[in-house]
Amino acid sequence: MTEHVVIVGGGTGGTVLANDLADRLDSELDAGDVRVTLVNDDPDHVYKPVWLYVPFDKREPTDGRRRLGELVDDAVDLRIDRVTDIDTDGQRLRFRGATSPIEYDYLVLATGSTLEPDQIPGLAEGGHNYYSESGATDLREELLEFTEGELVLSVIGTPHMCPAAPLEFVFMADDWFRKRGLREDVDITYTYPIQRVHGNPHIAEWAQPIMEERDIQVETFFNAESVDPEAETITSMEGTELDYDLLVTIPPHGGVDLIEEAGLGDDGWVDVDKHTLEAEAAENVYALGDTADTGVPNAGSVAHYQAGVVGQRLASEIRGLPATATYDGKTLCFIETGMDAASFVEFDYETPPSPAPPSEKLHWSKLAYNESYWLTARGLL
Amino acid sequence: MTDIEPDDTVDARGAACPGPLMDLIGTIRSAESGDVIRLLSDNDQSLTDVPEWVEEAGNELLTVEERDDHNAFYVEKA
Repeated sequence: MTEHVVIVGGGTGGTVLANDLADRLDSELDAGDVRVTLVNDDPDHVYKPVWLYVPFDKREPTDGRRRLGELVDDAVDLRIDRVTDIDTDGQRLRFRGATSPIEYDYLVLATGSTLEPDQIPGLAEGGHNYYSESGATDLREELLEFTEGELVLSVIGTPHMCPAAPLEFVFMADDWFRKRGLREDVDITYTYPIQRVHGNPHIAEWAQPIMEERDIQVETFFNAESVDPEAETITSMEGTELDYDLLVTIPPHGGVDLIEEAGLGDDGWVDVDKHTLEAEAAENVYALGDTADTGVPNAGSVAHYQAGVVGQRLASEIRGLPATATYDGKTLCFIETGMDAASFVEFDYETPPSPAPPSEKLHWSKLAYNESYWLTARGLL
Repeated sequence: MTDIEPDDTVDARGAACPGPLMDLIGTIRSAESGDVIRLLSDNDQSLTDVPEWVEEAGNELLTVEERDDHNAFYVEKA
């Protein structure tokens, strides 16, 4: 009997897993004992970290897009469609483009994060972001013409994709304006929802003095409640109002409704065992990347490592062996600290991060990784 | 044990910091003035995070119940 693995989501986690399984289960796929289907609602795979560089006119959104068909092994069935219903009891999925459901033996959910700017009145009209292609290109138009005034970067809610990216943006903006001789005419303010500048206390402890040295104003315990695009103000639940000339925000994030509708977790995140990545509410269902509610950052490296674990566990289960691979919380991240310097952190569930001293070498390492990312997506790196 | 009847409960047991506080903030965001939200958290950091934020935001921490393996925070939205 053919075992059918269905992966929903063609981002980093889903794509790396599909290629991992194609390699790991090579002989079973050849023999027709296993079938792997990767479902994505966009024919392209998108590498989102490119968007950080777009507002500074350093990269184009197209640099972060490739056809999934070019990245995924031919042994994987690629289906461009949208899943509309998950029935975990019957182990069936319904698709927008099909009348009959499709059955799975193992399901992996890698549906990622979506932006929900409408949660905050005025945000969609008044705020810019670099967490979407259109947001990044719109922000580029504003930023390139911005020569004086109040630049406010507001992190609205967590979790959000790439927890380092808000810090990177203000560090890069500070350096970019300095290099152009405009920094004295631009005030930069960074807001964060809790009492420190980053969710991870070790990274917050590292970043706060850099912000002080570089005259980046900080507003903590700032949970945006509304934005007034006409008055150009942003107001927090805590009663603070900030004026802005250019507002850059990290919009509220959510998962996909499908997950909550299937009873797998709240807000679109699947409740999982944080070591095995198995869903708590259903059999034969895994989640990885942003979709898995593990408490680790929503980052590509997390999805990459988790895909390796899920791939190994699925291969064991399909071969009738005990699944022993576990995820230890490993996260790896470069953090830009300017236009030509970066830091680096590596941590897991047990070991806290200890950011490396910023250097030009680490900056070039980050850019080099961005170029070689396509090897990661192909499952080669 | 308190006899306060919460309007909503946020069960953030098992979540790492700052998850419980962010879950509370998210629920308070959509609550009505006067609503009482109960936050369940087994993260020790919540014992300082939650009171600090509640004060900063002008809400009221009605009580904190110490239970066997977690704490229950009762917060009234201003």
